[in-house]
Amino acid sequence: MNPLPLVAVAGSPNAGKSALFNALTGARQKVGNYPGVTVERHSGRLTLADGRPVELVDLPGAYSLEPASPDEAVTRDVLLGRQAGERTPDALVIVLDASNLDNHLRFALQLIELGLPTIIALNMVDLAKRDGLELDSKRLSVELGVPVIETVAVRRRGIADLQAAVDDMLSAPFCGVHERVKSDLIHLQRRAREIATAAVVSETPVRRWTHRLDSVLLHPVFGPIILAAIMFIMFQAVFAWSEAPKSWIEDGVAWFSNSVGPMLPAGLLRSMVVDGAIAGVGAVITFLPQILILFFFILLLEGTGYMVRAAFLMDRLMHGVGLSGRAFIPLLSSFACAVPGIMATRTIDDPKDRLTTILVAPLMTCSARLPVYTLIIAAFIPNTRLVWGVGLQGVVMFGLYIAGITGALLAAYVLRRGVLKGNSGGFMMELPKYQWPPLKDLVIGILTRVQIFLKRAGTIILGTTIILWALASIPQAAPGQKQSEVSIAGHIANGIETLVKPIGFNHDISLALLPAMAAREVSVSAIATVYSIDSPGEKAGATKLADKLKHRWSLATALAFLAWFVFAPQCISTIAVTRRETNGWKWPLFMVTYLFVLAYAFAGLTYWTAVALGL
Amino acid sequence: MNAPFHPQTTSLDSLAMGTRARVTSVDWGALEEAEACRLRHFGFDEGVTVEPLHLGPFGRDPIAIRVGRMTVAIRRRHAGAIQVQPIQ
Repeated sequence: MNPLPLVAVAGSPNAGKSALFNALTGARQKVGNYPGVTVERHSGRLTLADGRPVELVDLPGAYSLEPASPDEAVTRDVLLGRQAGERTPDALVIVLDASNLDNHLRFALQLIELGLPTIIALNMVDLAKRDGLELDSKRLSVELGVPVIETVAVRRRGIADLQAAVDDMLSAPFCGVHERVKSDLIHLQRRAREIATAAVVSETPVRRWTHRLDSVLLHPVFGPIILAAIMFIMFQAVFAWSEAPKSWIEDGVAWFSNSVGPMLPAGLLRSMVVDGAIAGVGAVITFLPQILILFFFILLLEGTGYMVRAAFLMDRLMHGVGLSGRAFIPLLSSFACAVPGIMATRTIDDPKDRLTTILVAPLMTCSARLPVYTLIIAAFIPNTRLVWGVGLQGVVMFGLYIAGITGALLAAYVLRRGVLKGNSGGFMMELPKYQWPPLKDLVIGILTRVQIFLKRAGTIILGTTIILWALASIPQAAPGQKQSEVSIAGHIANGIETLVKPIGFNHDISLALLPAMAAREVSVSAIATVYSIDSPGEKAGATKLADKLKHRWSLATALAFLAWFVFAPQCISTIAVTRRETNGWKWPLFMVTYLFVLAYAFAGLTYWTAVALGL
Repeated sequence: MNAPFHPQTTSLDSLAMGTRARVTSVDWGALEEAEACRLRHFGFDEGVTVEPLHLGPFGRDPIAIRVGRMTVAIRRRHAGAIQVQPIQ
């Protein structure tokens, strides 16, 4: 069977390429990776009017075929048929921002010179009109020598016409691609401007929305205040809005556990399912609502175009520690999870800037630390009110976030003056027009994240909880002995304990540290599993767990445990993604070492200070 | 800087906000290759009309500049490599 015809979608950043791709393919998308490089490959299937399927691939946004970033290099290589793991496309759809023709046409001219069958999607014609710009797409088509279809991808306008044009294009005979692009950039840019001028029917200067919004949002005084307010609302939402759905999930897990338990014969199997699998995975999926809300905000800020403004506002401060404003986006995403955060560093052009950002990203308090923080704070920090609306528990939580951010900035500062010494790169970004992202695109983005999270819960977390359960349950304790001490895990923990005893960690913590390497949130389920195996009569539950901790840990130990989690690189996924993004083991090993040293030092300092203060 | 002399030319980083100007020369040699490439991608070139719009809140850096129909943000250092002539 012949492979499906392959149509590549190319265009400059902010041309609305992804929205057009979503409109053409719907939610049936595959996200993969190009072999050997760290660039995502998005593909989907388009069904033509007569039912023939076509494979559509969304190429990374690029300004030209002369790459200035790894993403742009992939775009070039795919189009020239040189990219490993990709066929040469049979046809090309070029997406252009109608209101930015003089710039985007340069890339289009370069692409047309390749000689592939090509269609131009003249996108966002509605926004151009709003800005008083009237274009003649027929004239444009004559000048360029390829079909031009007007589209508004976010409202699905022109999509049917575009599909029909793709159909026509694939039916026509095709005579192979040109090997090289002939014209130089400057020449192309001038030609692009001529064509853009020719295609303009009328242009009435109007005060642009984006300009008006920017004069407030990028205002030297109000800009930073608004940014701080947005961050505050975002974190408030992550904690406040998630309360109700979180308790529903907890109830659901408890109901499930109570229904499944009696169906199994009492003994090892029931213990494995109820105490191991359900308790472990259940403890983790309760954080799904928080992760959803955080990603909702991040995708919304990105989709509206505000994220780039945030980078603009923060650039000078980030520059002070040797990072660029571009690092703001990956670091902000790292509050959800360092894995997408580290993947988002691909937008940073400068290699040293990018590496520094990757190395400090795990210091941003990711959502997987929340279960740990929440549990320890609930158990040890009294819920006293400091002033109206501000409680001591909230202040401690906020303090932990600040500790992570401060740690990240200081680490970046030191790295940039030590191992990653050198000129800090530039900050060059396009400030796109503000627009409201289509709900559908937001939903697709969030669903992709949910899928990744649940897959993690279903594989790594389920696997580690069952292994931990086995290690903690075998061999079975004789009456009078404590299960957590005679088991295999107990013996391993004894070894770890000698190392971490000086910083105030006890046997339970030593036991939790090992499985927490798989994922930080597992340490909560690990402690829960150990305690529920130790006392099989009791039901596991977050409040119960907090009560148990209160009796078994001192306050100094609890604080040291929190300090440890601010720094410790306890996450195999983060280490794996760092290896992938840096193409080797050198930097992930460096990251793990420096973070463990910091974690040990700060946990120790916290413990010794707390003991000296008599806590 | 080896920019040719023009009456009233000034570097882009010293242009007042909201002043439209024409680019007279770009000192490509003062920029790293990737930076120069990106500036070209944004459309910076002799004869193009530019207009600084916003300044970063800390240290008046970076600068948001309208170039053609795009708005881009670049650092003060890079703007210093671009010579412009204000349009009356």
